[in-house]
Amino acid sequence: MTPLGSAAAIGLQAISRIAQLVAVILVIATFNFVLVRAAPGDPAQVMAGQSGASDPKLLDDLRKEYGLDKPYFVQLVSHLGRVVRLDLGYSYRQRRPVVDLILERLPATLLLTVTAFCLALVIGTALGALAGLAAGSVLDTVFTVLSLVLYATPVFWLGLMLVLVFSVTLGWLPPFGYETINVQLSPIEHALDIMKHMIMPVTSLAAIYLAIYARLMRSSIIEVAQQDFIKTARAKGLSGTRIVVGHMLRNALVPVVTVAGMQAGALVGGAVVIETVFAWPGLGRLTFEALLQRDYPVLLGIFLILSIVVIALNLLTDLVYRLIDPRMTTGAA
Amino acid sequence: MNRREFTKAMLACGAAIPFGITRAAGQTRGGTLNTIIQPEPPVLVTALNQQQPTLTLGGKIYEGLLKYGADLKPMPGMAQSWEISPDGLTYTFKLFPGITFHDGKPMTSEDVVFSCMKLLVETHPRARQNFSRVASAEAPDPLTVVFKLKQPFAPFIGCFDCTSAPIVPKHIYDGTDYRKNPKNDKAIGTGPFKLKEWVRGSHVHLVRHDGYYLKDQPYLDEIVYRVIPDAASRALALENGTVQLVQWSDVEFYDVQRFKAQKNLEFTTKGYEYFAPHQWLEMNNRIAPMNDKRFRQAVMHLIDREAFSKRVYFGNAKVATGPISSKTRFYDPNVKRYEFSVDKAKALLDDMGLKPGANGKRAEIKYIVPPYGESYQRAGEFFRQSFARVGIDLVLVGTDMAGWAEKVGNWDYEMTQNLLYQLGDPALGVARTYISSNIKKGILFSNTQGYSNPEVDKLFDEAAITLDAARRQELYSKVQQILVEDVPVAWTLEIEYPIIYDKAFKNIVTTGIGSHETFGSVYKS
Repeated sequence: MTPLGSAAAIGLQAISRIAQLVAVILVIATFNFVLVRAAPGDPAQVMAGQSGASDPKLLDDLRKEYGLDKPYFVQLVSHLGRVVRLDLGYSYRQRRPVVDLILERLPATLLLTVTAFCLALVIGTALGALAGLAAGSVLDTVFTVLSLVLYATPVFWLGLMLVLVFSVTLGWLPPFGYETINVQLSPIEHALDIMKHMIMPVTSLAAIYLAIYARLMRSSIIEVAQQDFIKTARAKGLSGTRIVVGHMLRNALVPVVTVAGMQAGALVGGAVVIETVFAWPGLGRLTFEALLQRDYPVLLGIFLILSIVVIALNLLTDLVYRLIDPRMTTGAA
Repeated sequence: MNRREFTKAMLACGAAIPFGITRAAGQTRGGTLNTIIQPEPPVLVTALNQQQPTLTLGGKIYEGLLKYGADLKPMPGMAQSWEISPDGLTYTFKLFPGITFHDGKPMTSEDVVFSCMKLLVETHPRARQNFSRVASAEAPDPLTVVFKLKQPFAPFIGCFDCTSAPIVPKHIYDGTDYRKNPKNDKAIGTGPFKLKEWVRGSHVHLVRHDGYYLKDQPYLDEIVYRVIPDAASRALALENGTVQLVQWSDVEFYDVQRFKAQKNLEFTTKGYEYFAPHQWLEMNNRIAPMNDKRFRQAVMHLIDREAFSKRVYFGNAKVATGPISSKTRFYDPNVKRYEFSVDKAKALLDDMGLKPGANGKRAEIKYIVPPYGESYQRAGEFFRQSFARVGIDLVLVGTDMAGWAEKVGNWDYEMTQNLLYQLGDPALGVARTYISSNIKKGILFSNTQGYSNPEVDKLFDEAAITLDAARRQELYSKVQQILVEDVPVAWTLEIEYPIIYDKAFKNIVTTGIGSHETFGSVYKS
C-alpha cells in the first residue's frame, strides 16, 4: 500500500471510529432520556409541591416553559438535537445553562474525588502489596483486619465522627464547606484554607477506596506469588527485589488497574454522601438534587458527560494494560 | 366586632407609631449572622418562587406592605398606615417616604400596583387568588395605593406580608418575561439586606442595604446563609457555633431536645403564628373504606395523638382538634372530641361492616410516606402500629418528592400525611382543603381527598365575604362542627417548629412570620 493509501485508510478508520462513538453517544442519550422520564413525577409538580400552593395556571405555565407540554417524541428529538450540537440545555429549577452548573461544581468535585482516589490508590496498593508479600504474618493480619473495618464502615458515619472529634471537640478543622466564607485571603492562604477543608472529606472518602485497593492488591500478590514464572525467576537466582518489582507487582497490578479504571469514571460524578455530609459543593449533590427535583436537563447533561468520560477512560484503561503487560498488545502473543 | 369597629381598629393600627422604627437603647451596629438555608432555593425572587427556603431568605431582600404580629393583627411594613372603607371595598395604603430598591431607584405606589396586579397574578398562586378579587388598583400619588375590591373579602388585609405580596421593581420587570428576566439573579428588592454573592451549593451572602428607609436599620452588617444538606451536619453546625440560627426543620425534632439545654442558645416556638402549620392524616375519600364517615371517625379514635406528639415530635406539637389551628382566627375549641379509644374505633369499624377476617385482619391500606424528612418516616411507623391495634394493615410505601406530588395530586393514593399553612385566616389557608370548587386533579394542596359538602361550601363562601367578625365566628364555628363530624381528613397535630439561636442575637422573632421577617431590627449584643 502506498503512503497515501495508508493515510487514507487511517483517515477512514478514524472517521469510522468517530461515527461509532457518535452513534454510541446518541444511543446512550436516548437511553438516558427514556430512563429519566420513566420515573414518576414532573418538575412542575415538584416545584408546586415545595411551594405549599399550586393552581392549574402555575403548572401549565411551568410545563410550557420547560417544554413539557410538547409530545414525548418531540421532546426526545429536541434533546438529541441538542446533544448533537453539544448544547446541554437549561436547568428547569435553577434557570441557568446546564453547562455552567456543571463547570461550577466540577472543580470542587475533582479536587475531592481525585485527591481521595490517588491517595487511596497509592497507599492502598502499597499496603496491600506489603500485606500480600508478608502473607500470614502479624503485619498481614493487622492490615487485613484494618482494611476490612474500613471497608465495612459507613462513609457518612466516619465523616460525622471525624467532624465530632476534629471540629466540635478539638476545634482543629473546619467542619463543612469548601472554603472559609467571607474572609479576604491571599492566594497561598486560600489554597491552604481549601486544603484544610479537604482533610476530613478526603480522608472519609479515601478510606473506603483504600480498603478496596489494599484487599485487591493483597490477594493479587498472593496469587501471582504462586505462579510458575515466579518460581522460575527464583530458580534463575534473581534477587528478591527484582522479582517483586519486575515480575510480581507488574502482574498483580492488572486487576487493580481494572477496578481503578471502572471507579475513575465515577469520580467525575462526585461522591453524593460525602458531599452531603460535608456540605461540599460538588457534582454529586447537584446530580442528587436534580434527581429529586426531576430537573431533567441537568440530569441528562451530567449523565451524558459521565458516559463520555467512562468511554474515554475505558480506552485509557486498555492503553494502561498494554503498558503493564505487553502480552496484551495485539499480535504480541 | 361590627364593620364600624373593625374600621376604627384598622385606623388605630395605622396611626400607631410604626413598629421598630426608632432605635432603642442597647442596639448596636455590626456583626454577622450565620444561618442555614435548606434546601437551596432555585431563585431568590420570592415573587417567582414560594418555597419555604426562598421565603426565609427572600424575606430579607423583599418586603410587603404589612407585617403581622403574633396576634395576626396587621403592623406597618412598607406601608406606614392604612384605611379600610366602611363597606369593606376600598383599601388605602400610605407608604413610608424614602424607600429605595437596592439599585438606588425609588420604590413608589406604581411598583406596588405593578407587583400586585400584573406580576404576582402571573407568578404567585396565592396572590393570584387574592388579587383576583380586586376590581381596580390605583396609585394617585407616589406614596398612596388604593385597592377597590369587586366584593368584600374580610381577610384581604391579611394578604400583604412579604411572603404573600412581595413588592418588586416595575422598572426591571415591566414588559419582560418575568421568569426569564436576567435581573432575577441580582434579586433587587427594598429589604434591609441585599445580595452580595451566591455561590451555588455553598452559601448566599447578604450585606446591609445602606439606603434602607428605617433609621439606623439594619443593625447587622451581614447575613450568611449556608447550604448544609445533611440534617446531622446541620445540628453539628449549630452545636459548634458555625451557625447561630436554625429555623423550621433545619434540625430534626429529636435533636431539638438537646439544644434546649445548650446554655448559649435560645429556644422558641414563637414566630409561626401566621403559618400555623397544621398536620393531618389524609385519606382518599373516594375509595372504600375511607369513603365511609364511620371509618374516618374510627381513625380519629385509634390514633393516640398525645403519644404521637411526644414520641415523634418530642412534645414540639399540640393535638389538633379540627380543621382550624388554635393559633388561627376563628378557632373554636367547642367541637366534638375524639378521645383515644381502640374500643370505640373497633365499634365504628364493626358498625360499618369492616369486621376482622379469619386472619384477624380487617383491611390492608397503602400509606405513602411523605419524603419530607425523618419525622415523617417515624410518623408512618407510628400510624402503622396504631392501625395494627384494630386489625388494619397499613403498608408503608416510600417515594421521593416527585413521586409523592404526582400520586397525591392525581388522587392516586389511599392514605398519606399532609401539612398546610393556615395563613392567618380560614379563608386564606383552611377553606382550600375542604371546598368542592377546589377539587382539582393534578393540583397539590387542593381538596385532594375529594371531600364535598354543599353546606360546608356555602359556609366558607359566606364567611369569606362577611365583614362582621362575630358573624364570621358563627359561620366558622358551624363549619368546624360539620367538618369534625365528617372527618374529611384525620387532624393530628399543630406542629410547633423551633427557632433556635445564639443568645447574643436579639429581636430574632418579632412578628407572627418569625424567621421570614426582614431581620432589619436584629442586632448582636
